[in-house]
Amino acid sequence: MEKNNYTQQINITDELMTRINELISHYPADKKKSALIPVLHEVQDAHENWLSIELQNKVAEILEIKPIEVYEVVTFYTMFNTKPVAKFMFEFCRTSCCATRGVEDLMDYASEKLGVKEGEITSDGLFQFVGVECLGACGYAPMLQLGDFYHEKLSKEKFDQLIDECKAGKITLHDK
Amino acid sequence: MGRKILLEKINIPGIKTYEVYRQNGGYASVEKAFKMTPDEVTEEVKTSGLRGRGGAGFPVGMKWSFIDKKSGNPRHLVCNADESEPGTFKDRYLMEYIPHLLIEGMITSSYALGANLSYIYIRGEYMWVYKTLERAIKEAYAAGWLGKNIQGSGYDLDLHVHCGAGAYICGEETALIESLEGKRGNPRLKPPFPAVKGLWQNPTVVNNVESIASVPWIVLNTGTEYAKIGIERSTGTKLISASGHIKNPGVYEIELGVSVEEFINSDEYCGGMIDDRPLKALVPGGSSVPILPAHLIYKTAAGNDRLMTYESLSDGGFATGSMLGSGGFIVYNDTTCIVRNTWNFSRFYHHESCGQCTPCREGTGWLEKVLHRIENGHGREEDIELLLSIQSKIEGNTICPLGDAASWPVAAAIRHFREEFEYHIRFPEKIKNRDHFVHEPFEKVRHLIKKETV
Repeated sequence: MEKNNYTQQINITDELMTRINELISHYPADKKKSALIPVLHEVQDAHENWLSIELQNKVAEILEIKPIEVYEVVTFYTMFNTKPVAKFMFEFCRTSCCATRGVEDLMDYASEKLGVKEGEITSDGLFQFVGVECLGACGYAPMLQLGDFYHEKLSKEKFDQLIDECKAGKITLHDK
Repeated sequence: MGRKILLEKINIPGIKTYEVYRQNGGYASVEKAFKMTPDEVTEEVKTSGLRGRGGAGFPVGMKWSFIDKKSGNPRHLVCNADESEPGTFKDRYLMEYIPHLLIEGMITSSYALGANLSYIYIRGEYMWVYKTLERAIKEAYAAGWLGKNIQGSGYDLDLHVHCGAGAYICGEETALIESLEGKRGNPRLKPPFPAVKGLWQNPTVVNNVESIASVPWIVLNTGTEYAKIGIERSTGTKLISASGHIKNPGVYEIELGVSVEEFINSDEYCGGMIDDRPLKALVPGGSSVPILPAHLIYKTAAGNDRLMTYESLSDGGFATGSMLGSGGFIVYNDTTCIVRNTWNFSRFYHHESCGQCTPCREGTGWLEKVLHRIENGHGREEDIELLLSIQSKIEGNTICPLGDAASWPVAAAIRHFREEFEYHIRFPEKIKNRDHFVHEPFEKVRHLIKKETV
């Protein structure tokens, strides 16, 4: 995989390793590779939501598989990030039902409010928004995903409130 | 009020926890199943007529009977909770609010199949639901419903939940198996079918969440009782995910056979159209199924009432019908631009194509690009035929049904709303500066298209 200039501090804590071993135990002893996707989620969550090449190599080592087997999975699935992302990444569902209920207007609003275009990170590194494909919350549109959670039936006011809560540190990103 | 099977207990406070679920008759189907032989359990499911609730509608009991028991290889049951079809969000509701119902169904069904290691494959975005299931599974282990020698029956079962990471294609059963093996979600060539060579080359059955959650009721009340609900070959109840321009979007459990008109307009279900605007179109079974125009929604082309059943929704074939699919029921009013919506769906399929088969990898991209230029006022007169030509070359030419799913909505949109495409192409100045919505419903400009000749 192509080298880039992003660097990442790798820290596989004991707590993380315990969780990884628990996940590995869900599969037969000779099928460790099956744990790859759940393990990548855990590792990514513990590393500011992205996976550097070095970190992917580390995962390969833990699961006793070839690094290429990790790279091909990381690049296939959209939830894995291969470069740094903002602390709070808003992922707006933009598929039909959400579009019908006004997500495109809301994304325009997010762009105006945050002062960045889709995909860009704000200068303080805090915020970023992207459009993603159907998140399975069609009846509660428009909506976005932030970390492990959905924020549904959004309006401009609710989005403003969400940003305030992020700034005030009141948002839980991961359910551990 | 229609009969409730899956959502009957969903409003009981604390039903998410093992204690409350058990106090309300939970896990009784496992106890009953252990007094039966596995084949007797399968027979009940066959008798019930239960059809796969993920979209294809294949009879569940028959799928179970295909599992290879002769080879002696370990067998697996995998629950497909990768729910990603646009318009569908029913399984999440079930798993989030009554997780033990799915676990109970997994135990009873695994017993019928003789599986000792089973998985629930959930899409990665439903991370909090993954955690909910993980906790519920731990409770079930602690209470002796999972593990070795369950409740002294001599039957062993390990059940785990596994998460994906954002790939629609993993809802296809062989792609799901690949993903569960820690690989890219590329569908496999069939045969061999998963029932012979599935997870780790072992015999495997993959069933949708709703199908598995229906099994406890069937085992407890018999397949014959289940088959009495519904109409003809559409037996039982079905969860419908209702969304779009309706007053009360959400998940509803219906007895199959309710009329579409009642479902959209009754206060028990969708509650009618938002702002009382006219109904323009309906996608009844998730984004892949053909879209229906207003005049084919309440009545079939033959003039019969359109019912919420597998048969009635597909009445008239693709010419004038659609499909029940996964029950992703999307309602559109007159402010919807059909071209924009079709482009939106095509963008989805282009994004989600795994890239393995050329017709789908290239074709979905072409569809998206051509629709995008029509929607943005750069369409050409020949583009409509071009779209039909591309979609016909994808359909049926791919390993998995994603290619069909991507091509059907385009063909159906052109079939029923061709004038709207023509309007886009012939009056680009009228659509170029539009916002995301149509402020002038197409009905008001339809007369223009009739005057223009090419």
